[in-house]
Amino acid sequence: MAYEMIVLTNMLIAILFAQSLNLITGFCGQVSLGHAAFLGIGAYTSAMLTKAGWPLAATFIPAMVIAGMIGMIVGAASLRVRHDFLAITTMGVSFLFTGIIRKQDMLGGEMGIAGIPAAYGGRVGLLLMTLCLTILFIIIMIYVKRSWMGYVFESIAEDEDTAGVLGIDVRRFKLFAFVLGTAGAGLAGALYAHQVRFIGPDSFGFVESVTVLSMVIVGGIGSIWGVTIAAALLSVMPQFFQVIDDYKLLVYGMLLFFAMRFMPDGLGGLAKRFRQNRNPDSSSERSQA
Amino acid sequence: MTAAKTSPLLLDVKNVTVTFGGLNAVDGARLALEDNQLLGFIGPNGAGKTTLMRAIIGMLTPSSGQIILDGQDISNRRLVDRINLGMALAQQIIKPLKDMTLLDNVALAAGGNKLLSPIKAMIHRSRQHEQDIAHGLLTEVGLADAIYKYPAELPLGFLKRLEVARALARQPKVLLLDEPLAGLSIKEAEDMADLIMGLPCKGRGVILIEHNLSQVRRICKTLYVQNNGRPLAFGATDDVLEKREVQMAYLGKSE
Repeated sequence: MAYEMIVLTNMLIAILFAQSLNLITGFCGQVSLGHAAFLGIGAYTSAMLTKAGWPLAATFIPAMVIAGMIGMIVGAASLRVRHDFLAITTMGVSFLFTGIIRKQDMLGGEMGIAGIPAAYGGRVGLLLMTLCLTILFIIIMIYVKRSWMGYVFESIAEDEDTAGVLGIDVRRFKLFAFVLGTAGAGLAGALYAHQVRFIGPDSFGFVESVTVLSMVIVGGIGSIWGVTIAAALLSVMPQFFQVIDDYKLLVYGMLLFFAMRFMPDGLGGLAKRFRQNRNPDSSSERSQA
Repeated sequence: MTAAKTSPLLLDVKNVTVTFGGLNAVDGARLALEDNQLLGFIGPNGAGKTTLMRAIIGMLTPSSGQIILDGQDISNRRLVDRINLGMALAQQIIKPLKDMTLLDNVALAAGGNKLLSPIKAMIHRSRQHEQDIAHGLLTEVGLADAIYKYPAELPLGFLKRLEVARALARQPKVLLLDEPLAGLSIKEAEDMADLIMGLPCKGRGVILIEHNLSQVRRICKTLYVQNNGRPLAFGATDDVLEKREVQMAYLGKSE
């Protein structure tokens, strides 16, 4: 039972983490290749606090606030550029994060932080907490998507210039997406730290950023259910197939490439097309040119 | 502001110059738009018409000159501020949001505060009010039957109208139309020109950049002509078109 619970908790954390990037990349169209850094910021914040005697649940807010605040600073600096340039800038953030952590003795440096206390209620407690928070975050995502914010995000993701001409404060909305998404990653990080109970700079490197981005792309940019399924599958696969774990960057890199080349709408898009094929009325209506 | 002026200018462009790497694409442009006026803006290809339009709306920063919107100097404001102070642009290359119906394309632009504040955007869900406005505007531009269609399903003539409806949804004081007739058939262009003729009203002036001189002549009482980035003429349409330098530059007539 213990093993299944670990796998399930990991899966839920991966879903939460992937959804937090889905908000930035999927909803708002801003590619980030440094999202794992914010998972790390949340993990380190929460781990330091629980080691100082705080209960885990009390560290969620600080983990989110600090990740979100650093997200705001990074966003303000990097969201001025777009597309490939944004990808490269955020990639730099990922390396900057691990580089800085390695030099901080207070944060355990190269050795990382070990002996992170267990969550209240042990494995079951952590699993339930993760389940509730992940569901809550998905509910928030669904709400955001249906609100005016989702409406505005959709226009920014499609064409920033047009959104600007329509009177949308594009810069502010992009920054807001970045803050919300990085805060979400911080929350996932807090849970992750208490799942593995040992964290080091390598847990939050470039590979992890590529992994989470491939979850979002494979799931289908902006599709909440597609990303949930992709994150669930891609997070458990390395645990069953050792090969995938050994060649993570290669496997996820290829997955990213093939998804973008052959399935640009991801699983979400595939499901949508399937539904339309099953329901010829609506599809013929859409394809009338 | 002088108190004596009865009808203050909606838009006053003073000596605006836009430089691209040493070349003056627009050089000392001067034009003024009154309330309830339809101003035609013509000039040969490469005259810097679109460049001036982009400088007015804030997509480009002029190297010198002033832009006054309804008595307020907006020269240093960014695009989003200018739009929210009462400007709107229908672009020459139409850019509909392809994943939204026409209704949602227009309703988005009617979002007001919700387009400026993420918090307001987050707490509001209903689009009903904006969709009602959008429905009215789409009807006004003649697209009442297509409101639930997606842009990919419609021909260019419809999308040009969509672009106008979307600009109108901003409730602009100054509406800039960049070649709305380009690419339309003669009949479509005529209908579109009729539509444009009805757009100026109390509190709203329209600037029309256009190549289709016969339609411009028909619907605009005032013209601004630009050539090689420089202002060439500004005044009543018939007078302007009579001027020899205008005929030489624009109509290609020799002496």
